[in-house]
Amino acid sequence: MNAGAIWAIYRYEMGRFFRTLAQSFISPVISTSLYFVVFGAAIGSRIDEVGGVSYGAFIVPGLIMLTVMTQAITNASFGIYFPKFIGTIYEVLSAPVSFLEVVVGYVGAAATKALFIGVVIMVTASFFVDLRIAHPLPMALFLVLTCVSFALMGFIIGIWAKNFEQLQLVPLLIVTPLVFLGGSFYSISMLPQAWQTIALFNPVVYLVSGFRWSFYGMADVPVAVSLVVIAGFLALCLAAVWWIFRTGWRIRA
Amino acid sequence: MSPILEIADLRKTFPGGVEALSGVSLEVREGEILALLGPNGAGKTTLISTVCGLTEPSGGTVRVAGHDIQRDFRAARALIGLVPQEIALEPFQRVWDGVRFSRGLFGLPRDDAHLESVLRQLSLWEKRAAQTRELSGGMKRRVMIAKALAHEPRVLFLDEPTAGVDVELRRGMWEVVERLKAEGVTIILTTHYLEEAEALADRVGVVNRGELLLVEETGALMDRMGRKELVIELQEPLDAVPAALADYGLELAEGGAALVYTYDRRSERTGITRLLADLQAAGLALRDLSTRQSSLEEIFVGLVQEDVA
Repeated sequence: MNAGAIWAIYRYEMGRFFRTLAQSFISPVISTSLYFVVFGAAIGSRIDEVGGVSYGAFIVPGLIMLTVMTQAITNASFGIYFPKFIGTIYEVLSAPVSFLEVVVGYVGAAATKALFIGVVIMVTASFFVDLRIAHPLPMALFLVLTCVSFALMGFIIGIWAKNFEQLQLVPLLIVTPLVFLGGSFYSISMLPQAWQTIALFNPVVYLVSGFRWSFYGMADVPVAVSLVVIAGFLALCLAAVWWIFRTGWRIRA
Repeated sequence: MSPILEIADLRKTFPGGVEALSGVSLEVREGEILALLGPNGAGKTTLISTVCGLTEPSGGTVRVAGHDIQRDFRAARALIGLVPQEIALEPFQRVWDGVRFSRGLFGLPRDDAHLESVLRQLSLWEKRAAQTRELSGGMKRRVMIAKALAHEPRVLFLDEPTAGVDVELRRGMWEVVERLKAEGVTIILTTHYLEEAEALADRVGVVNRGELLLVEETGALMDRMGRKELVIELQEPLDAVPAALADYGLELAEGGAALVYTYDRRSERTGITRLLADLQAAGLALRDLSTRQSSLEEIFVGLVQEDVA
């Protein structure tokens, strides 16, 4: 095990993040604030409480999930795609580093960044709404699992992508719709019956529901199911990474 | 002493069916400079990429100081430094952070003194705080070398170190290579310049179409390759080489309208001055003179034919 290499990759990736700390920090704060102005104050004031929670507070878990998933995917996919694109990947491939160590370094860094931004949003939100966390430990568990599994998914996208368009494609065409339709801004019980059924096929529904439960104790689906779904998603991503490792797909000629 | 690098029957066929390496076997001695000479597309880069782990071999084995590059990849790669042909550097990374990262990738503890000496040796110490995008092409290439040396490799691969580099930088690069050799680093470099192989290498391997045609001591190979021809066109065609010129080993060409003199361009005395004087003494009137050197391609064709014969 080459722990030094994992640390070098992690440090390098985090270095990129800290070089642009202002952007990394300010952009989620601003976008979160905008969501609160629009959904919390402007529209939210006309929406009833959801399950005893003000609408502004209700959307916080979904909002965190939305940003964390997108950030984890973007950071991880860019993190591994960029060295491929400029050619510096040769250094990682010729070093005494196993593929799994490469994954831990890149995915770990992307997950850390997403986690950091998730926490920033949580803190920002606490200035706007009355934020309660009913189950802190499960909350942390959901957050970390989401960061890690979506960073893994981003890593796979980064390996798969042959150009910058493809890099944007999956987040734009698949992830954003799933997240927006995943109950970030509403409880799926607000949907007509037919759409409620369809929504149950959206994995993000389970993540948002479980995460929201850890804040307010209310969920669209049982918490255990949410945990199983995120664990399953994590396992799926790990299996895909393992397959890439076995075949050298799009990494080693 | 056992060789530091042993390549046995190494094969590489790309998914499209292109056979880039068709059974290369090679042994490299510790501390030597080996030049792999060959035209573009000969398989030099594929050979290096396969040994260094960028490309999966289709067959054969490679061992570095006895460590198999696949089964024992950590031990094997720890000994290898790679400088690819294309400059690939993160544009916003500072030189110092870059070499530190490279060392870290090999799992080695931080050693600022070593990195400083590497950067000083490559005249990059003053530029350690610069971002790589601010550096000139020659400096970028040296940064690539510094990164490859950050983990103190025993074998260094330099893929076309002077391709597209001007004469002055080429000399500078040669000096760097010689200094590294003096420190005991084994160096395998690829080039398609005959002069470069001649100037640097202890041994030269000639690669063509995925095959290693031969590996020879540089001197011996240059004797075979360093020949030049002087073509002397005559006013009046000859039936035979005049007896007075018998010592020069002249050959008649173009139906007697030209004489061809073969000489060694590297020798102190090529004999040209004396030959011209003797031509005049023999009463031969000259129309034109030209010299030609076999191009690398011609030499390869020659070697391939020898190979077949």
